[in-house]
Amino acid sequence: MFLFIIFGAISIAAALGVILSRKPVYSALFLLLNFAALAAFYIMLQAQFLAAVQVIVYAGAIVVLFLFVVMLVGGGEIRDVTGLRPAGAREPSWTRIAALVLAVILVAGLGYGIITGALSAAQGSVETFGQGSVQAIGQALYTTYLFPFELTSVLLLVGIIGAVVLARKEQ
Amino acid sequence: MVPTSFYLILSALLFVIGVAGVALRRNVLIIFMSVEMMLNSVNLTFAALANHFMKLDGQVFVLIAMTVAAAEVAVGLAIVMEVIRHRDTTNIDDVNLLKG
Amino acid sequence: MLNYAWLMLVFPALGALVIALFGTRLGHRAISWLAPGMVLLSFGVAVWMFVTMLGLPVEERSHEVVLWSWITTGTFHVDVALLLDQLSITMALVVTGIGFLIHVYSTGYMHDDPRYPRFFTYMNLFILMMLTLVLANNYLLLYVGWEGVGLASYLLIGFWFEKPSAANAGKKAFIVNRIGDFGLVLAIFFIWTSLGTLRFSEVLTAAPARLATTGIATTITMLLLLAATGKSAQLPLFVWLPDAMEGPTPVSALIHAATMVTAGVYMIARSHILFALAPTSAAWVAWIGAITALFAATIALTQTDLKRILAYSTISQLGYMFLAVGVGAYASGIFHLVTHAFFKALLFLAAGSVMHALAGEINIRKMGNLRAKMPVTYWTFLIGAAALAGIPLLSGFFSKDEILWFAWQKSPLLWLVGAVTAACTAVYAFRAVFVPFWGKERDHKLFHHAHESPASMTLPLILLAAGALLAGYLGLPRQSAIEGWLEPVFAAGSGALATATPAVAGGFMRWVLLAVSALIALGGLAVAYWAFVRNTDVPRQVRESLGWAFTLAEKKYFVDDAYNALVGYIWDFGGWLARTIDQRGIDGAVNGVAGITGWAGGQIRRLQTGLLGLYALSILFGAVALVVWFVIK
Repeated sequence: MFLFIIFGAISIAAALGVILSRKPVYSALFLLLNFAALAAFYIMLQAQFLAAVQVIVYAGAIVVLFLFVVMLVGGGEIRDVTGLRPAGAREPSWTRIAALVLAVILVAGLGYGIITGALSAAQGSVETFGQGSVQAIGQALYTTYLFPFELTSVLLLVGIIGAVVLARKEQ
Repeated sequence: MVPTSFYLILSALLFVIGVAGVALRRNVLIIFMSVEMMLNSVNLTFAALANHFMKLDGQVFVLIAMTVAAAEVAVGLAIVMEVIRHRDTTNIDDVNLLKG
Repeated sequence: MLNYAWLMLVFPALGALVIALFGTRLGHRAISWLAPGMVLLSFGVAVWMFVTMLGLPVEERSHEVVLWSWITTGTFHVDVALLLDQLSITMALVVTGIGFLIHVYSTGYMHDDPRYPRFFTYMNLFILMMLTLVLANNYLLLYVGWEGVGLASYLLIGFWFEKPSAANAGKKAFIVNRIGDFGLVLAIFFIWTSLGTLRFSEVLTAAPARLATTGIATTITMLLLLAATGKSAQLPLFVWLPDAMEGPTPVSALIHAATMVTAGVYMIARSHILFALAPTSAAWVAWIGAITALFAATIALTQTDLKRILAYSTISQLGYMFLAVGVGAYASGIFHLVTHAFFKALLFLAAGSVMHALAGEINIRKMGNLRAKMPVTYWTFLIGAAALAGIPLLSGFFSKDEILWFAWQKSPLLWLVGAVTAACTAVYAFRAVFVPFWGKERDHKLFHHAHESPASMTLPLILLAAGALLAGYLGLPRQSAIEGWLEPVFAAGSGALATATPAVAGGFMRWVLLAVSALIALGGLAVAYWAFVRNTDVPRQVRESLGWAFTLAEKKYFVDDAYNALVGYIWDFGGWLARTIDQRGIDGAVNGVAGITGWAGGQIRRLQTGLLGLYALSILFGAVALVVWFVIK
C-alpha cells in the first residue's frame, strides 16, 4: 500500500510535469519518470515481464526517440508557457475552459463507473496463472495468441518501412 | 492488498492528465507525449484488471499495445519531424493548411 | 351528277400543290395559264352543278356528297362532306367566277414580282379554302375552311413581307380574326352539346325542337356573331381590314371585297334557324351592321388613300349585308353579297390598274384627269362606283334598295341609318371618281407616265363591269329571281316556326322607298360633282367648318389607337407579370436555394479551422458524449 502511494504520487507528478513543462526536454524527462513509475506498478501487479518490456520499449526506445527529435528540432524555450494564454491566440478562448470541463466530467464519469461496478466486465474462468512470468506469457503468446503475435510483427515491419520512407531525403 | 479500483482510479487520472495535455498544449511534441501517456494509462488498466480476474489475456493485450505504440511513435515522429522542418515551427496552430 | 362536286375542290388543290412544289421550274408563262386555269375548271364544275340543279325539282335541289368519314369517336361523328344547295352553289359560283377573273388580272398585275409562283400558290390555296368553307355540310368542316382562308389572308396580306407595315398588317389580320374564331369554336362546342350534331341539315331539324325554350340559342348566336364580326370586319373587330390594304391589290379585290369577308354573312345565313330562335341576337346583328355601315361610310369620306376608301366602303357594305340577315332577309343579304362582289372587285382592280400606271401611287390628291390617259379603267371604275352608290338600274341599286325595304319593315330607325349611309356612300363613291379621273392633273410627272394597263388587266375589268351592270336584274322586284332561287333554303327553317319572314312584295310604301333610294343616289352624285368638280374649294371649307367632327372621322374615331393602347397595357402588364414571376419568384427560389446552401456551407465551414487542437477537442467531446450516454443508459 505504501509502495502504491509512493509510486502513485510519482507518476501523477511526472504526468503533470509532462504537460506543464516549459521546455520539451523537461517534458520528455518527466515522461521517462512516469514510465518508470508505471513499470513499478507492473511489478506490483504480478506482471514482471510486462515491467521489463515497459522499461526496455517505452523508457528505452520511445523516450529516446522523443529526446532525439526534441534535440534535433530545438527544445528551447517555448513561447506559450502553459498554453492557458497562448501567444498569438489563434485558437478560440473558450476551448481551454471546455477542455478543462470535459476532463472533469471524464474523471467523474469514469470514477463513478468504476466505483459502482458499472464498467466491470463479466468474470471469466480462472486459469492457471503463472504469475505473469516469462514462461506463462510465452505460453499464451505462442498458442492462444499466435495470430495476433504474427500480425504484430507485420505491424512492426510496416512501421519500419514507413519510418524509412518518411525520413528519406528527396531525390 | 491494494484494491484494484485504486489502480483504475490512478489510471483514469493519468488518462485525464494526458487528455489535458493534448487539449491544452500547443507544442506538437508535447502533445505527442501526452498521447503516449494516455496509451500507458490504458495499459495500466489492463494490467490491473488482468490481475483482478486472474487471467493472462490482459497482459497479452498490454504487450500488443506496447508494440503498436512503439511502431506508432516511430512513424509519428518521422511525420512530425517533416512537418516541423517544413513549416519551421513546433506550434500546431501554424499547421493550419487544412483551414476551410 | 351532283356527286362530282368534289372536283371543284380538287382543281385549286392541285394547282396550289403543283405551283408550290414546281413553281420556280415551271416559269411565269406556265403558271399564268395553270393557276387561272384551275380556277376556271372549278368554275366550270360549279356551273355544271348549277345547271344540273336548275333541272331538278325544288325539293331535290339540296344534295349532300359525303367524301369520307372524318371523325368517329363515341357519339361524335363528323364527315368530310359537301352540301350542295342553292345557297352554297351561289357562293361557289361567285368565288370561282370572280376568283378566275382576278387570277387573270393578277397575271398582268404581278408580272414583275420576283415571287410570282408563291403568289399563285397562295391564291389557289385561298380558292380551295373558301370553297371548303361554302361547300361544307357541317360546322367543323366550315371551321376548317374558315381558318384556311384566314391563313391564306395572312399569307397574302404579308406577301411583301420585307415591308414592316405589310408584315404587321398580316399579323393584325390574323390575330383579330383569331378573336372571332374563338367565338366560332365556342359556338361549335355549344351546338354540339345542345344538339348533338354539327351537320347543317340535322341542326335545321333539331334546333326548333330542342332549343326553343332554352337561352342557349342566344349564346350560340352571339358567339357566331362575334366570329362573323371578326371575319367580316364589323364593329368591334373591323380594324384589320384597312391595314390589309398593304397586300397586293388583287388580294384586296378577291379576299377583302368579294369573298373572304363575306364568309361571316354566309355563316349567319347558314345558321338562320338558330338566329330565328334567338331574336335578340338577330337584332344585334342588324344593329351592328347598320351602325358599322354608317361608321365606316363617314370614315371613307375623309380618306385620301384610294384603297383605304374602298376598304372602308367594303366594311360599310358588309354592314348592309349584316343588316339584311339581321332582319331575316337572308336572300336579300346574299343578293347584295353577289352584286357587291362584282362591283367591289371591279373597283379594287381598277384602283390597282391606276396604281400600276402611276408606279404605286395611291394618294388621290396626287392624281387628276386620269380619264384622258386610261379610258377603259375610267369607264369601268365609273360603272363600279355608280353601282356602289346605288344609281338606279345598276346592280347595287336593286340589292341595296331591297335591304332598305326590309329594314323599314323591321324598324324605320334602321332604315334611316341605312339611308344616311347610302347618302354618304354616294358622295364618297363619286368623290373617288371625280378626284382622280376628272379635273386637272395635280402631279405632272406622274401624269406623264400614266398609261393604260395591259389586256390581262383590262379584260377582267370589262367583264366585271358587265356583271356590275347586269347582275341587278337577278333581283327585280316582284320577280326576284334570285330570291326565288334562294328561298327554299331559308324557308325550311322558318316554316317550322311561327315567325314570319319579311314580306317580299309590298304596295305603295315599296315604291316610295324605291324612289327615295334613287333620289339619294342621284343626290349624292350631284353633291359630289358640285364639291369636287365645280367648286373645288368646297371640301376644304367643309373640312374646316366641321372641325373636330372631321378629325374624328378622319382618324377612324381613334378605334385603332384605343386598341393599340389596350394591347399595349395588356402587353406591359403581361411583361411585368412574367418578369416578376421569373426574376423574383423563380430566380428567387433557385437563387435562394443556392444561397441557403452556400450560407449553410459557410457556417459548417467554420469547423474547419485547420487547428489540430480544435480537432482533438472535437474527438474528446465525442468520446465524452459517448461515455455519458452509456452511463445514463
